[in-house]
Amino acid sequence: MNEYRLEMLDVSKSFPGVKALDHARLKLRPGTVHALMGENGAGKSTLMKCMFGIYKMDEGEIIYEGKKVNISDPLHALKLGIAMVHQELQPITERSVAENIYVGRYPMKKVLGFFPVVDHEKMYANTKELLAKVHMDFDPKQKLGSLSVSQMQSVEIAKAVSADCKVLILDEPTSSLSQREVDALFAIISELKAEGVSIVYISHKMDEILRISDEVTIMRDGKYIGTWDAKELTTDKIITQMVGRPLSNLFPAKASVPAEVVFEVKNFTSINPRSFRNISFSLRKGEVLGVAGLVGAQRTELMEGIFGIRSTVQGTISYKGNELKISRPRDAIQRSIALLTEDRRATGIFGVLPVDDNVAIASLDRYLEAGIFLNERKIDKLVKDNVAKLSIKTPSNKTLIKSLSGGNQQKVLVARWLANNPDILILDEPTRGIDVGAKYEIYTIIAELARQGKSIIIVSSEMAELLGMSDRILVMCDGRMTGELDAHQATQESIMALATQFE
Amino acid sequence: MQALSKQPFSGRKAVKFLMDNVIIIGIFVLAIVVSILRPNFVGESNIRNLLGNTAVRFIIAVGVSGALITKGTDLSAGRTAGLAACVSAILLQRSDYANKFYPNLGDLPVIAVLAIVLGITATIGAVNGTVVAYFKVPPFIATLGMQTLVYGIALVYTGAQPLGSLRKEYTDIATGYIGNQIVSYIALIALFVGVIMWLLYNKMRYGKYMYAIGGNEAAAEVAGVNVTRSKVLIYSLAGMMYGLCGFLLAAKSGGASVNTAMGYELEAIAGCTIGGVSVNGGVGKISGILIGVLVFEVLKIAMQFMGLKSDYTYIVQGLVIIIAVALDLRKYLAKK
Repeated sequence: MNEYRLEMLDVSKSFPGVKALDHARLKLRPGTVHALMGENGAGKSTLMKCMFGIYKMDEGEIIYEGKKVNISDPLHALKLGIAMVHQELQPITERSVAENIYVGRYPMKKVLGFFPVVDHEKMYANTKELLAKVHMDFDPKQKLGSLSVSQMQSVEIAKAVSADCKVLILDEPTSSLSQREVDALFAIISELKAEGVSIVYISHKMDEILRISDEVTIMRDGKYIGTWDAKELTTDKIITQMVGRPLSNLFPAKASVPAEVVFEVKNFTSINPRSFRNISFSLRKGEVLGVAGLVGAQRTELMEGIFGIRSTVQGTISYKGNELKISRPRDAIQRSIALLTEDRRATGIFGVLPVDDNVAIASLDRYLEAGIFLNERKIDKLVKDNVAKLSIKTPSNKTLIKSLSGGNQQKVLVARWLANNPDILILDEPTRGIDVGAKYEIYTIIAELARQGKSIIIVSSEMAELLGMSDRILVMCDGRMTGELDAHQATQESIMALATQFE
Repeated sequence: MQALSKQPFSGRKAVKFLMDNVIIIGIFVLAIVVSILRPNFVGESNIRNLLGNTAVRFIIAVGVSGALITKGTDLSAGRTAGLAACVSAILLQRSDYANKFYPNLGDLPVIAVLAIVLGITATIGAVNGTVVAYFKVPPFIATLGMQTLVYGIALVYTGAQPLGSLRKEYTDIATGYIGNQIVSYIALIALFVGVIMWLLYNKMRYGKYMYAIGGNEAAAEVAGVNVTRSKVLIYSLAGMMYGLCGFLLAAKSGGASVNTAMGYELEAIAGCTIGGVSVNGGVGKISGILIGVLVFEVLKIAMQFMGLKSDYTYIVQGLVIIIAVALDLRKYLAKK
């Protein structure tokens, strides 16, 4: 009998411009819960996707039950007995529970001895059994969409169990569960453990980790940091290991001194009860305000709420004492607010349009002549000025934006907002997916804007960035604001403690 | 263009150019072959015919292009033009005609009738735009429904009777020519529409917003484009184009029926796609649409000249439409 059920050794994986995994390691013993921890972007999910055959490793090997295996795709992983419950569920809500469990591998039978059809009776009976195993007794024929999120999660686990798995990966399974539901999930995990299943448990919730795991592996920047017996660990010790990185990025010196409060958000609450709630904060002229939090803390949703992309049920926004009524982005823009969105491709660039149109689109209102024609000469100048100001590297302003590098695309988007001369600039993950050089340029631009008296909000998952750029840091957890820190006194540990303050 | 100047010629570029324009080139070659075999193909009357047919179809295609560029479509184009033709014909019948639809209607000014027709069709377009933009009904379904609905209205309103005996001052718009009897007034009107639409697409906020919505609708909204309002405008203007097309068609053929402009929406979509309007959104030029419509018209007439029965021409037209869209999508598939 092998000591380990599965070993991942020296696994490396690169994406264009990023080294996501750098000789990462993970060793799973049979019948244990192994917690995998690390900051956002530490490479946990990437490592699991390599194990599950979604990504192909650049280097490294996987030893499964003593044999070297080369997992080609998820189906192969499932056949080996490795199952994964993804962070974001992918339910087919309009189909039945049973069909969701058996999609792609329906039990078949033959009619008249040759014509293959789906064996529904068998599928429903099997589903019933599987559901019993996870202590759920709803009707297999029920539409999946009629279940709660936690019930859907249980269905996902049932699906994983149905594959007779020996390794079960749970990627943030409790992020949307209530305490009672978490307890139920833990009961299931204990039973699976007793049956000898190795469970990989990814979560940010320290108390859960300490409660159910046997071993903990910590990752940082795609690297393996270490594996500990869970009994030896404390929350503080985990956090120290997770964030214990020297500030490797350099930040430009900040020359601005925040002045009077210009922008206030009060009691801001999303229409979605699971999203942001009762958020209040203020922003000063010339201030850089950082917003920290884990994935799922609803920071992006809050910013989109302020900008009129998402609906709210209560709360006010005021600028220089006047309440603003913002029901769509156009209103926010006209009131001198700008939002650089998190997902550059989905909500930022117009790939098929040239650089100049991408820069000018938000500023056209100011260049109408006689209310009809656009003043092309002035727009050209505006584009040229901003492209030069941000030193955007592009063959010409007529080049399609999609052919530029990620960093330059991002700078084009920053140029779009600067062209509009906003007073409040919200930057959501402004340096995600761009190289170090371009990052520094963006930081310089942010510092310069603050010096000019603009008020800036930076949402970032990189704590070093928040600590290096902000005057003040707000921390969110699970839709609530859990604290506010002076950036000069804050540490990664103090931020992390607030960011994991779950109710 | 820039890339070309740096690298004067390369085999791969030539292949890409051929593939991107294979339909236009193919039909151009066909036209040359046909004009050698049937010299009448380039005769005066055929050119006149070609220009007139292209003109009305260009106007309707320009209307549809707005919907296509914003990643939508408009299947109600042909029926809306048909209704417009019927209304125009009804309101502009000769007063001495025995079977006049409204026997007691006096002679309305032609321009007033045009205004009425454009008002009606703009309203139809506005309804399309509202259903698409506010209720998020997929444009294919919304405008397919509108197609049937408008056809029904035309049937009920006209009682399905053909409408003829139009006033001369009205039909003159279509039959009048300048100079050498080749360039008709209709061609001039189409040219004028083309210029206006070119200005709208390239020099005004309307066009910038339209391309932005087609390029990335979510990003357009975030960048301050009022997407819903823009779409309503785009579909309304498209409606007016169909109205103008129907108005000219009735004048051109001296009458109208509920079947006037039957199938024009598909020809318009074909013309747009051949001319480089991408069904993936965000891409399309007025000049391209003109070329696309012209080329499609050349194809149809060339088949006629070669003595192909019109039944067969439908098969060819259908194939060309499918190939054009497949080639367009191929450009984007290759990049993934």
